Amino acid sequence: MKQSTKRSYTLTFGCALAGLIALLALVSLFWAPYAADDTSGGRLTGPGAGHLLGTDKLGRDLFTQLMTGSRVAFEAGLGSVLIAAVVGVTLGVLAAFAQGWLDDTLSAFLDILIAFPTLLLAMLIVAAHSATLGSAVLAIGLAQSAVVGRLVRILVKRVLAQDYITAARTSGTSWPRIVAGHVLPNIWPTLVVNLALQFGLAVLAEAGLSYLGLGAPPPNASWGRMLQEAQATFTTAPAGALAPGILLVLLVIGVNLIADGLRDTLDPAARRRRA
Amino acid sequence: MNILDVRDLGIRTADGRTLVDGLSLTIAPGERLGLIGESGSGKSLTTLAVLGLLPDGMTATGGVELAGTQIVGASEKQLRGVRGRDAAIVFQEPLTALDPLMRVGRQIAEPLSRRRGLRGAELKRAVVDALEQVRLPEPDRIARAFPHEISGGQRQRVALAMALACDPKLLIADEPTTALDVTVQSDMLDLLDTLVRERDMAVLFVSHDLAVVSKVTDRVVVMKDGRVVEEGDVRTIVREPREEYTKALVASARQLESALDLRNA
Repeated sequence: MKQSTKRSYTLTFGCALAGLIALLALVSLFWAPYAADDTSGGRLTGPGAGHLLGTDKLGRDLFTQLMTGSRVAFEAGLGSVLIAAVVGVTLGVLAAFAQGWLDDTLSAFLDILIAFPTLLLAMLIVAAHSATLGSAVLAIGLAQSAVVGRLVRILVKRVLAQDYITAARTSGTSWPRIVAGHVLPNIWPTLVVNLALQFGLAVLAEAGLSYLGLGAPPPNASWGRMLQEAQATFTTAPAGALAPGILLVLLVIGVNLIADGLRDTLDPAARRRRA
Repeated sequence: MNILDVRDLGIRTADGRTLVDGLSLTIAPGERLGLIGESGSGKSLTTLAVLGLLPDGMTATGGVELAGTQIVGASEKQLRGVRGRDAAIVFQEPLTALDPLMRVGRQIAEPLSRRRGLRGAELKRAVVDALEQVRLPEPDRIARAFPHEISGGQRQRVALAMALACDPKLLIADEPTTALDVTVQSDMLDLLDTLVRERDMAVLFVSHDLAVVSKVTDRVVVMKDGRVVEEGDVRTIVREPREEYTKALVASARQLESALDLRNA
């Protein structure tokens, strides 16, 4: 009992951390202290009244960039997870139902996709299209869909072996109905925890890709590119690198705490134990 | 015509092992047949084969005719029509036979809405009716509960209600009382007995327990290692078993009973 209250704090704290950054992202949709390309502030001014966190080497307001970066981070996280969930669940369910060579082929395909570096995939997609947030999200989402797909395949196989599936079949329920009514709800708790973790990983991956110049092009600020741009002036103006770095860490920690909290509130086994 | 007509049924695994061999049995409408044997004798597989639900990789040979439909070799679509309508199964383990994340009421509603086309308030009433028929107290509360919130005996009654919901011609009970407490067991057997008599439903009762089988059925088939060793009227088999294996079964059942008598004396 004591444990479950302690764990609900995990969820609350995680939501608070991620919520704070989500708020920044939401506000940036309607308002920001300065325009993205406003360079009127002078180069590399320190934190002060006019510019909360100072300016970068081009004279752009850091706080404004940070807000836009929050939005980009959320877009990257949500977009990737959406792709990973749709593609991954579809592949996973198919693989779980497939038998013989089809099952082997799908599993091998997922394993290869997992082994394939996300960075390489991103570079391929960027080479084929262009360096946009969309390309980065597509690359991250596809790479993650392999991880999700493999997890879903195992989860679905385990649920399909349960008596209640046989029981549903003895009453003549069709497979699509069984998947929608029994299989998906039963894999959902584990799946949603994994998707929350994937969200954190996607945010990190997007920062990595923009650091390398494979993410959204300017003037869209991304935490990854802010880090890269502030790298050269870190000793003289550390705020430019510290601020996006700290926000990135906070968001990832927040999302991981949410995943942990969800695991304990959604897990049917844990719920049964508490009952 | 028989409800169930199994002729020379064989069940083989993918690697060629034979689990059930040359099994034949028939059940007439309203008849109650016991299928008895130790674990691993192939009795549960036989019940699954009757509905075309053998695990992946296992194949059935021979013939299984359920209410006029040939099950062996039938398409999934044909089988879906037969399942629930012609035969339904109550499984041994009531906890795993219910979806842990779905409220009991919804699980019973599923076959009701599909088979009888009930919706809304009508469906709700039918669910409560179904729960009342299996003598569950507070059917409204139980309909809203999750499986883990009710007791083992109640869960098995829910499973029975689900099986009866489609009003099948044949009820297959696969060790329905094995996982229950002894006191709950006899209640469950009485209930099962009453319900199938009321509906004039045929029953295939699978168990390893001769005493339990003799309480519910008229005729028994004794299985060992995938084959039928003896078949006949319950009383005849209990009084004068012919085969060695059946004699051993009867002797052990009697031994348990006499142990009880000694304590009473």
